[in-house]
Amino acid sequence: MSAAIDVIGLRKSYGEKLVLDGIDLNVAEGTIFSLLGPNGAGKTTVVQILSTLITADAGEIRVAGHDLHKNPEAVRAAIGVTGQFSAVDGLMTGRENLILMADLYHLGKTEARRRADELLEQFDLVEAGKKLAMTYSGGMKRRLDLAMTLVGSPRIIFLDEPTTGLDPRSRHSMWTMIRDLVAGGVTVLLTTQYLDEADELADRIAVLDHGRLVAQGTPEELKRLAPGGHIRLRFTSPDAFSLAAQVLPTAAPNHESLVLQVPNDGSVHSLRDLLARIDDASLEVDELTVHTPDLDDVFFAVTGQPTQSTESTQPVEHEKVTTK
Amino acid sequence: MSTTMNPAGATIRPLADIGTMLRRNLRHAQRYPGLSLGALGMPVIMILLFGLIFGDTFSAGLGGGGGRGDYINFLTPGILLMSIASGTMSPAVAVCMDMTEGIVARFRTMAIFRPAVLTGHVLGNVILTIVSLGLVVGFAVLIGFRPNASFGEWLLAAALLIAVTVALTWFAIALGLTSKTPESASNIVLPISLLLPFLSNTFIPLDAMPSGIRWFAEYQPFTPIIDTLRHLLLGTPMDSGDGWLALAWCLAIAVVGYFWAQKSYNKGTVA
Repeated sequence: MSAAIDVIGLRKSYGEKLVLDGIDLNVAEGTIFSLLGPNGAGKTTVVQILSTLITADAGEIRVAGHDLHKNPEAVRAAIGVTGQFSAVDGLMTGRENLILMADLYHLGKTEARRRADELLEQFDLVEAGKKLAMTYSGGMKRRLDLAMTLVGSPRIIFLDEPTTGLDPRSRHSMWTMIRDLVAGGVTVLLTTQYLDEADELADRIAVLDHGRLVAQGTPEELKRLAPGGHIRLRFTSPDAFSLAAQVLPTAAPNHESLVLQVPNDGSVHSLRDLLARIDDASLEVDELTVHTPDLDDVFFAVTGQPTQSTESTQPVEHEKVTTK
Repeated sequence: MSTTMNPAGATIRPLADIGTMLRRNLRHAQRYPGLSLGALGMPVIMILLFGLIFGDTFSAGLGGGGGRGDYINFLTPGILLMSIASGTMSPAVAVCMDMTEGIVARFRTMAIFRPAVLTGHVLGNVILTIVSLGLVVGFAVLIGFRPNASFGEWLLAAALLIAVTVALTWFAIALGLTSKTPESASNIVLPISLLLPFLSNTFIPLDAMPSGIRWFAEYQPFTPIIDTLRHLLLGTPMDSGDGWLALAWCLAIAVVGYFWAQKSYNKGTVA
């Protein structure tokens, strides 16, 4: 599998403020890659650089096989971007917005109209398509925004916090759309501050904090990074409990509730190992629960801080889309 | 339709993209007509106000005792320039609004002809200004404007007016791009849209001005342009170099405005 996005040593600072401090990324074609991090971590800056909107201070960047610095136009021809703030033309109708995009992709008059109507249908905007985009609700604007990104059938799509500010239903329909895109062979790089979103969608996740990648891997790999992954074994008889404590010396025993916590990463392999040892010793286990840490645990483990409280302690200026 | 290939084989089509952006701007003018109607109406009000109400009094200052008709002949070329100047406010505000909204960020991540977004604004404004100039000439003729220009002189005058429009619009767009809000964009073009027309020989001849203002009026770009227009439309005498000076001003303003605007537009991005 070849790389849709390949980044080595990406750095960017605004004046004194270092925003990205040497980022390496590799996104395989046809996958969803999620940049996860709190506000101010530098996620939007990464998207702005990879989509040719702003320049990097240093770093080798290849997008769709093209050197971003030497050949930005070829990169632009291969990508689609849906930013954090809606990039629709409020004084035009939804349909006109889509036709505007189609004209800029030089689809030709008939094909432009066909494509616009097809996307209006696909994004449930047929009725709204006749109204000015400035009258749309947040969710509708976001759908139109994504539809506009898709007009040119880009191979790589950047989605900067695609569900921030959406209600739960719009959020789920956005997730479905993103999954459908990837099913069609598109590569998606999405940023999010929601752990469940990254977990739900991404093939690989990179955790960004203060301009550095603090962890990277599949959702499962990341979960295993967090301490506290364990199997909880509950016993009814004190005899079985003490026997088990001998058989499993690494376990943390709780004598009062007859519970053993066996450190375990939750993988099938290690679980099978554990079950084999329980079987060998003919232990009578009353209840077995697997506790896998969720991404909140991971975030805490790799950044040393919980996800929520970071918002107030970090500046957010450079998260805004700067167009000047 | 012209087509160029960049090294990667991505097709850039300047004319098609400029056409698309022009259509977008004309649609905006149609959807949000306040800005363009203001730009169209103001010069008509000026020609009626100064021509009909002040005309009799002001004509005394021209000498020659020709009355109101003479003053309207004197006034109209200046008002034509004033229409162009006051018309620059709407593209300045429009580009500023564009930049503060996400849509331009989207355009900049697309493989479209880079100068197309701004060029679309310029062409849109040129079209609106031509309409505005037509209205002013129409009303001026109604109240007594009597040019004696030949067809060739009309063509030259029209070409000069369009050249001035293109130049001032690029400059106004550069100013609009440096503004952070649409309000400040509308203020920052005021020196062009108000000061230059008023502190020129639009309303009164240079001889009638106090010396300081007269010095400014003599050397600012509008005066030689107005003199050239008067010469073309009415056959009035002018200094031999005024025509070239007028063209040189247009060229200089256009070049500075164009490159300044493109530089602001591309600032910080991968060009």
